[in-house]
Amino acid sequence: MSEKPILQKLAVLADAAKYDASCASSGTVRRDSTGTKGIGSTGGMGICHSYAPDGRCISLLKILLTNFCIYDCRFCINRASSNVPRARFNPAEVVRLTLDFYKRNYIEGLFLSSGIIRSEDYTMEQLVEVARLLREEHRFGGYIHLKTIAGASPELIAKAGLYADRLSTNVELPTEDGLKSFAPEKKPQTIRKTMANVRVGVEDAVEARKDRLLKKAKPPRFAPAGQSTQMIVGADGARDDDILASATSLYSGYRLRRVYYSAYSPIPDASSDLPPVRPPLMREHRLYQADWLLRFYGFDRAEIMAGANEGMLDLSIDPKLAWALQRRESFPVDINRAPREMLLRVPGLGTKAVDRIVAARRLGAIRIGDLARLTASVKKVLPFITTPDWRPGGLTDSANLRARFAPPPEQMSLAL
Amino acid sequence: MREIILQHPGEFDEWRGHARGLLAARVPPEDIVWRSVGDSASLFADPAPLQPQRTVSLPRELVAIADRVICHRDESVPSRLYRVLWRALDDRKLLERRTDTDTDWLMRAEKAIRRDLHKMHAFVRFRRLGEDETGRERFIAWFEPEHRILRLGAPFFRKRFYGMDWAILTPDARAIWHAEELHLGPGGTRDEVPDHDVVEDQWRTYYGAIFNPARVKIAAMRAEMPKKYWHNLPEAQDIAPLIAGAEARVERMRETAVSLANPRSDKWRARGEAETAMPEAITSLEDLGQAVRACTRCPLHCNATQAVTGEGPRQARIMVVGEQPGDREDLEGRPFVGPAGQLLDEALEEAGLDRSTLYVTNAVKHFKFVARGKRRLHQNPSTGEIDICRWWLDQERALVRPDIIVSLGGSALRGLTGRSSSISSMRGTAHALDDGARLVSTVHPSFLLRLPDRERARMERAAFVADLATAGQLARELHR
Repeated sequence: MSEKPILQKLAVLADAAKYDASCASSGTVRRDSTGTKGIGSTGGMGICHSYAPDGRCISLLKILLTNFCIYDCRFCINRASSNVPRARFNPAEVVRLTLDFYKRNYIEGLFLSSGIIRSEDYTMEQLVEVARLLREEHRFGGYIHLKTIAGASPELIAKAGLYADRLSTNVELPTEDGLKSFAPEKKPQTIRKTMANVRVGVEDAVEARKDRLLKKAKPPRFAPAGQSTQMIVGADGARDDDILASATSLYSGYRLRRVYYSAYSPIPDASSDLPPVRPPLMREHRLYQADWLLRFYGFDRAEIMAGANEGMLDLSIDPKLAWALQRRESFPVDINRAPREMLLRVPGLGTKAVDRIVAARRLGAIRIGDLARLTASVKKVLPFITTPDWRPGGLTDSANLRARFAPPPEQMSLAL
Repeated sequence: MREIILQHPGEFDEWRGHARGLLAARVPPEDIVWRSVGDSASLFADPAPLQPQRTVSLPRELVAIADRVICHRDESVPSRLYRVLWRALDDRKLLERRTDTDTDWLMRAEKAIRRDLHKMHAFVRFRRLGEDETGRERFIAWFEPEHRILRLGAPFFRKRFYGMDWAILTPDARAIWHAEELHLGPGGTRDEVPDHDVVEDQWRTYYGAIFNPARVKIAAMRAEMPKKYWHNLPEAQDIAPLIAGAEARVERMRETAVSLANPRSDKWRARGEAETAMPEAITSLEDLGQAVRACTRCPLHCNATQAVTGEGPRQARIMVVGEQPGDREDLEGRPFVGPAGQLLDEALEEAGLDRSTLYVTNAVKHFKFVARGKRRLHQNPSTGEIDICRWWLDQERALVRPDIIVSLGGSALRGLTGRSSSISSMRGTAHALDDGARLVSTVHPSFLLRLPDRERARMERAAFVADLATAGQLARELHR
């Protein structure tokens, strides 16, 4: 097989990687190159160096080591039975690309994944080798996100954790049945076990670094930005309820930093089981909102699903508003008195606005005219709150409250 | 009226020097006109020199914010900033008053600066100049920030690119990192920077390939990467053609008839298929472990990480049976390695028993829990679940054939006897089980961990150790 030129390989292997939504470069430890006199730094906040016309940020060089794959997951562009062009980088080429891009300030670091070649362990070894070269040979201090290949040995996962900031194992489909029919080679148990290995690695390293009374050298860190996963939305029949149930169980079981939801979008040479459709972008958006409610707003899944219909979130209004419309007896709330937890449940108020309200009301009552300085969504908030000079009256209970927020219904086009 | 002419707009020290003198002399904001050098000529006569009347002390946070906000290009900034400082002298909580007009203005101005800084860190694009004699690489960039932020933004690049030489040129100022020192100098022009770098071709290829034509969202892109930055971003020239071609690319994906499966795929897959076959008959603990790990006899396997099988030598004389794996056991795949396991280990040691000689297992092999936020909360297994899982416990008993079985807690009792009985009714006497083994019943160590009363906990723990010691004693007697 003749070797493809680097530009061609890059085109194939970036194209193959773009269905992985994660591009985060945040949440890791502070590092800079002053100490090593090399290249690379990380801070608390990630940096998006560019944006593609799909509105997604480009923070990392996101590529596959190879798109050859022995698995045949129906939804995947790289599945064995697909006829897409194939390519393979060697570790040195990935290292070179990463450093060249990094030095020009195009990226925060590398997100390396791979098709499964030969075996899970062999593939994982190759990924770890790239990270090792970057860290050890090139003193690279930038961000590294490695895909953990489900089923790779715990020893390899342990090694990956030493070099990477973040590890991720994709569950892809939220239900066992979904995986069975669309990704026959992937086993939910194997995926969970790999995530368990990562959680144990992270927690043991954190413990060991706390407990170092007798030791001089700090034990090494392990994936300081934790682990994440991705679920594909709309490829199988899973409902939003299934997806959020799976997310809840993953957050609690494996302390995931993030679950990414990726609307299934048409791929070249798609499998016949999955007719190409428009990616369900609004559904993806609502799932992210629900995920935020789970993690930062004190909601549990059952509450979120109270505003849903047959296990599916309302597409025309956000899930917090949908919940509030079902719980009108809890509103309006007095924003000068309500506890923080209740403010977080007011449609239109985000965590930052709530922080500002709590701080401001200590120094004097908040009046209706002050609201615009505290939140960007005054109009949305009004039916749900009171201030000394504002009462929503019948607004909170009015039957057409939903219509105030939902987009106007579109006239159905007559199919001919 | 007093007129202050700033020679170096955007620099903090000069403005701060003036502001400090004016505040000390109690000059109110409305008596000052702030101008930049080059503005129209002065209309006012030189006023009398300033007489300090009070010491000036300001919250440190406010000074830090002022340092950033002074970079703002809006001409009213020096005067508005002075007004905030003036008010802060008498109102120490001014910064917390987010509903105050001046504070609101300050916060918005600072946010604009922070955003501009963030965009500078993101959108500077270096081009390679070459290497010096020592092989150290040299890079240069042209950038046009919205505000005069280079002095604030440069340290980030020093931390990030310590190991190379670089310069960032802006219309107002330049930053140069050379010989491990950061210098700030006068502004520059675009033509001081080469107009190409070979790696840009790779970057543009990457940009085009990572774009998903099926989810075009132009407004989202422009909100985060405003057009004003585009002319210094090499990839931005590809935006228009990528958008123009997107619809056709998606259409092609939809229309292309599904092709036949890649003919080589069977060969690739065959290489990966080395499925471990299930043992046909269970004749060893290894066989049993393999079978337990594949168990789907009840729905508990759906959420647990893995089945946790027993652990210990087949010749063990004593078998210890707990309830079910907990959070930690579920992650590690081994019984009694969490907090309850630690307590068990300590108690065994006090009772004179060596855990490595015991067979330790659970009545139920999968972890049952409810997910609550970041935690998995243990749930007791139902009698149905215990009875289903007895299938495995019985096989463990048949393989190990212990003389003594210690049951920890009620679930273990149920799993061993098939009946629900209270621990208190069974405790203190060794009962004979159907297979001839003798049953010693005691509490589960996690019960001890939950006791809030210290005295009670101490007594219960002692009784627990005594029960374990009894088991050890019985085993020795039977062996004699």
